[in-house]
Amino acid sequence: MSTTTQAVVPRPGFLARRQRSYILFIVPALVVVGAVIVFPWLFTVWMSAFDWKIGSVPHFIGFDNYIKLATNQRFHEAIVHTLYFTALAVIVPLILGTIAALIFHREFPLRGLLRSIFTMPMMATPVAVALVWTMMFHPQQGVLNYLLSLVGLPPSLWVYSPTLVIPSLVLVEVWHWTPLVMLIVLGGLAALPIEPYESARLDGATEWQLFRYITFPLVAPFIVVAAVIRTIDAIKAFDTIYVISSGGPGTASETINLYLYLQAFAFYNVGNASAVVVVFFVLILALAMLLLYVRQRAKWT
Amino acid sequence: MSSVALPSHSTLARRGRHRRVLRKIGFWFSVVVIVSPAILVFLWMLSLSLKNELDNSAYPPVFIPSPPTLSNFVQVFKDNSMGLYFWNSVVVSGLGTLIALVVGIPAGYGIARAQAHKFTVLILIARMTPALSYLIPLFTVFQFLGLNNTLTALVITHLVITVPIVVYIMAGYFETLPKELEEAALIDGGSVWTTFRYVALPLARPGIVVGTILSFIFSWNNFVFGAVLAGRATRTLPAAVYNVLTFEQLAWGPLAAAAIVVTLPVLLLTIIIQKEIVVGLTAGGVKGA
Repeated sequence: MSTTTQAVVPRPGFLARRQRSYILFIVPALVVVGAVIVFPWLFTVWMSAFDWKIGSVPHFIGFDNYIKLATNQRFHEAIVHTLYFTALAVIVPLILGTIAALIFHREFPLRGLLRSIFTMPMMATPVAVALVWTMMFHPQQGVLNYLLSLVGLPPSLWVYSPTLVIPSLVLVEVWHWTPLVMLIVLGGLAALPIEPYESARLDGATEWQLFRYITFPLVAPFIVVAAVIRTIDAIKAFDTIYVISSGGPGTASETINLYLYLQAFAFYNVGNASAVVVVFFVLILALAMLLLYVRQRAKWT
Repeated sequence: MSSVALPSHSTLARRGRHRRVLRKIGFWFSVVVIVSPAILVFLWMLSLSLKNELDNSAYPPVFIPSPPTLSNFVQVFKDNSMGLYFWNSVVVSGLGTLIALVVGIPAGYGIARAQAHKFTVLILIARMTPALSYLIPLFTVFQFLGLNNTLTALVITHLVITVPIVVYIMAGYFETLPKELEEAALIDGGSVWTTFRYVALPLARPGIVVGTILSFIFSWNNFVFGAVLAGRATRTLPAAVYNVLTFEQLAWGPLAAAAIVVTLPVLLLTIIIQKEIVVGLTAGGVKGA
């Protein structure tokens, strides 16, 4: 662009006017985004200052909703469940996805077809996936307990057990989203240079050493990107948890999102739910910042 | 001395060959381990949908339907107005995507050419926000306007999903287009609008295809908007599959059939844009990595 504009020497004001017309292109989208995205954000903050139940007159109560949340045991547990679920649902897909990427990075027959099959879960409708897993988790007739019995293991209660429900839900999440991690890391592997490998092989490096000292540091930024995306998606997980366990048994798998849903659409307590949204959003932002900071560090070292 | 310690040439060669064969077996074993969960869950879903109720509740499970039956599919369409819910989904995701394209393609162009990156940041934060949190304020407003249980409310809410994804993909795509042609058109006296309409837009067709399909898929897959905002007759497919089928009939066959009806269109669309999906799903993360 710079060469053309220099060669022609535009009239004064020409570029500024063009800049303004480009802004006009954005206006319709800005209006829509303002109405359905920015307005809900602001309205949420506004509602969070009220004792607001659908169908009754809202009362202004200032920070009371937040103060109540600070001492709300159930909300605290929801935060713990969310962090536990998120940690597992980030780490396991990262490890498996990286391994899968290393496998699919090699040349082998039917690679394209097998890769397509491997990535299928990623786009499948979460509710449909959740329904099938619900049937698979069934303690009496479920296919998973049958598979366990084939290898001589005792049947499990899966999502009906308070201690196993979160790991079981993570299993679905891992199945669903490992392909995305694989694709991101695969993109990183495709961009790797060949030379370091050749010289390292000449020096007699083992496959493990090649991975540990060349491949891993070079794809680490991509793994961090996958970690950021996975964290944001895992913390927001709702559909599969809601359909499979609805936060149960009891409140054993009630994440912030589930708690939020119940407050807003089962008890219609939108003021309190809005305060939860604000806290939740701050938590997401903090996690995203933390990961971006880690990503910067990973780049420097 | 060294000749004593070293194994003979032929033993070495044999051992090398063995190791290669072992490594190959190990490699294919890992391929099977990593791919089979993906395919098995879908096959199980298919198997459940094609079996009669007796086989579906049998233990140990029956894997191959014999004989396969389509009665589960017939049942969900006949008894549960799946046709209506399917149409609702098509309308909501279709209109949501159409509006997103109308406002999002020019916006993407404007962002790319005016370097308006603040808007991109806004879009990224929008993506990070849980969908549920938009629902509470929108639900309250729709309640006030009497719009709850209407398709209009659903289409408006789905813009939360479709507009950011289209804007994001189009801005990225227009940035990759060479500016020289547009510069030439502008210098020849074309307005910014005609340059966009006749030079940039035709070139952006591949980006538009990806944006359209991804926006449609994400909107189609959304469950919670339909579950909260829709009435009995306006439910989208994912909401209907959960609300109607799970509570009114616990039979596995029809449930699995319904799950296939919901997810099959998405899987078919996915095949068209295989390679570009990752761009849409990572929306922002990968850029600048």
